[in-house]
Amino acid sequence: MESTSRNFNANVRAALANDALQSALGKIESGFVANRANAAARLPEFDALRDQARDIKDHILDNLDFYLEAFEARVLESGGQVHWASSAADARAAILDICRSVDARTVTKGKSMIAEEIGLNDFLEENGIEPVETDLGEYIIQLRKEPPSHIIAPAIHLVKEQIEEAFRGAHEGMFDSGRSLEEPRALLEEARAVLRQRFLDADVGITGANFLIAATGSTVIVTNEGNGDLTQTLPKIHIVIASLEKVVPTLEDTSTLLRVLARSATGQEFTSYTTFSNGPRRNGDPDGPEQFHVVLLDNGRSEMLGGPVRDVLRCIRCGACMNHCPVYGAVGGHSYGWVYPGPIGAVLTPTLLGLDEGRHLPNASTFCGRCESVCPVRIPLLSLMRHHREQAFEDKLSPAAERTGLGVWAFFARHPALYRFATGLAMRALAWAGRKQGRFSTLPFAGGWTAHRDLPAPQGDTFQRQWSARGGRRR
Amino acid sequence: MSKARPEVGLFVTCLVDLFRPGVGFAAVALLERAGCAVTVPRNQTCCGQPAYNGGDRANATAIAKQVVEAFEKFDYVVAPSGSCAGMIAKHYPQLFAGDPAMAARAGDLAGRTHELISFLVDIRGMDALDVKFDATATYHDACSGLRELGVKAQPRALLERIEGLRLVELPGAEMCCGFGGAFCVKYPDISNKMVANKTRDIAATGAELVLAGDLGCLMNIAGKLAREGSPVRVRHIAEVLAGMAGQPAIGEGRR
Repeated sequence: MESTSRNFNANVRAALANDALQSALGKIESGFVANRANAAARLPEFDALRDQARDIKDHILDNLDFYLEAFEARVLESGGQVHWASSAADARAAILDICRSVDARTVTKGKSMIAEEIGLNDFLEENGIEPVETDLGEYIIQLRKEPPSHIIAPAIHLVKEQIEEAFRGAHEGMFDSGRSLEEPRALLEEARAVLRQRFLDADVGITGANFLIAATGSTVIVTNEGNGDLTQTLPKIHIVIASLEKVVPTLEDTSTLLRVLARSATGQEFTSYTTFSNGPRRNGDPDGPEQFHVVLLDNGRSEMLGGPVRDVLRCIRCGACMNHCPVYGAVGGHSYGWVYPGPIGAVLTPTLLGLDEGRHLPNASTFCGRCESVCPVRIPLLSLMRHHREQAFEDKLSPAAERTGLGVWAFFARHPALYRFATGLAMRALAWAGRKQGRFSTLPFAGGWTAHRDLPAPQGDTFQRQWSARGGRRR
Repeated sequence: MSKARPEVGLFVTCLVDLFRPGVGFAAVALLERAGCAVTVPRNQTCCGQPAYNGGDRANATAIAKQVVEAFEKFDYVVAPSGSCAGMIAKHYPQLFAGDPAMAARAGDLAGRTHELISFLVDIRGMDALDVKFDATATYHDACSGLRELGVKAQPRALLERIEGLRLVELPGAEMCCGFGGAFCVKYPDISNKMVANKTRDIAATGAELVLAGDLGCLMNIAGKLAREGSPVRVRHIAEVLAGMAGQPAIGEGRR
């Protein structure tokens, strides 16, 4: 998908002025956040499990080539095929080839962030193949022709009136126009009714994968709607698209990661459906695809593996970091401008698209640390965002005025005597000017502050001057 | 440290030094009440976070070195801010990754650096205060103190010891107020949304006073409340604990 990350500030202004969005975002705290806290509280060993999950992922990253080759061997043994794609274009081409081999006209899709990353839907459409999203949230935003705003709740930016509007438009002529779509249940039933036929018509089903198990060659998806199961069992061909770091050594490790994934994501102990796929249909199997393909996407991962943001590859895409992020909560996922929003996007987007494009994302954080405090695999998100800031500073990407200001401040901060003298004068002047009101509603060079709030005036002399005047202990 | 009267170097913090010296004097009073000898090293300006978080590692490291040199002779470093104390205690050692000698000195200092309120309670065992203050107050947990240093129960424990003070829990007390250092001026619209959420939650408590342990957050919250015309007053917790809440509140004119 086309990135608008460089227009972050414009995206933010639009998001803050969007009442429906603000209303939708207001539900995250009482939903995801409260549910995760309850789930964590119910499991005394939750924090120990997070440590285990982190260690498993670190071990995988240390031995990524080994586990990927093992995974490939198991898939081949089970009669499946593996396609290595070093770039998004390679992955798209591999998928198109498979689709063309059966003259596919429609493709059903389970939810996949990697499909978003490689811009799969637009590409398939350009090539005359209709992609049909089957996850309810993804289906809604496909109708609205917009990208997901969250990695596990793609339509979280919408209120139900907007969904009703999308359904009435897209389903015109299919249902009684006087029907009530007041209740969320009615919306769900209508989507199900439409999708049922699409499932049956599809030539190819494409899903993502939460895990790829090296020991068994299984691909694993977790869903709450069961749409993934129909996507991968009904069509003749099942394509799994996943990035390299999704591989996990064993079923045992998978189970540890599943335990932290659901709790961190939705606060569930386990998602409603956890589906393991192994190769194509075997003789005697009652159902399943005739062909089973796994497209393994690198797209920058192997480079990240040896670099400073390596730890971000531990991510299991639970979404907890964005659920808990006050910036995400204020501006929503679309403001981030590309596939991955929130703190994880603030690390991934500049890494995958470059700092020139993604510079704002790691800067637009107060470093409050709430994301890190809930990350199930303990990714040091703040350090990784700070790494991007350091790189941007080194590359002189921030506005000149900002860098000059920082430089002048740092000069004074490194010369304490000069600093005491200058701040002593400045604070006395400022305190005098603000002595009656105790605050300023406007002040030269402080527009960023005073646009929205008053600036409290200094009390008077600096502490340093007063301490000296009182003869306080010095060194 | 088993010294009867430990030597404490007060890291005033740049915002307290410049905008609210009263908090510095409150910190000194509390530390002395807790049996400490307080010194204020002359050569301190700032902990370096503006540079560190702005990506300017060279200046951040230079400022950190200056702080280590000015403070390493004391038994403890105490700051009336979880953010600045967290910078010294959690981040300084990483700044000197390529300089083992400085890394060791910074690591040593880090282990002796504390946020004021948690120092009083956890290290000095303060549990009584001879202070009266008649007010209904609420308390905001500033992010760095909360998440980097575990400052949560200590301020509440001391506030409960103040005669006349009724403490009401703030809904979303652990949510960032939107200050974030330079963030609040680099991304003022997002910051505004966050601080507006905070003042909305504060209003819901019915408290007449908001307290916190970090002046950056307090100036942000006070500035927003003032802009909204709210009568709620804002103070650093140290002012109240030290019985020095007679001075005008943050952003309030002289009476």
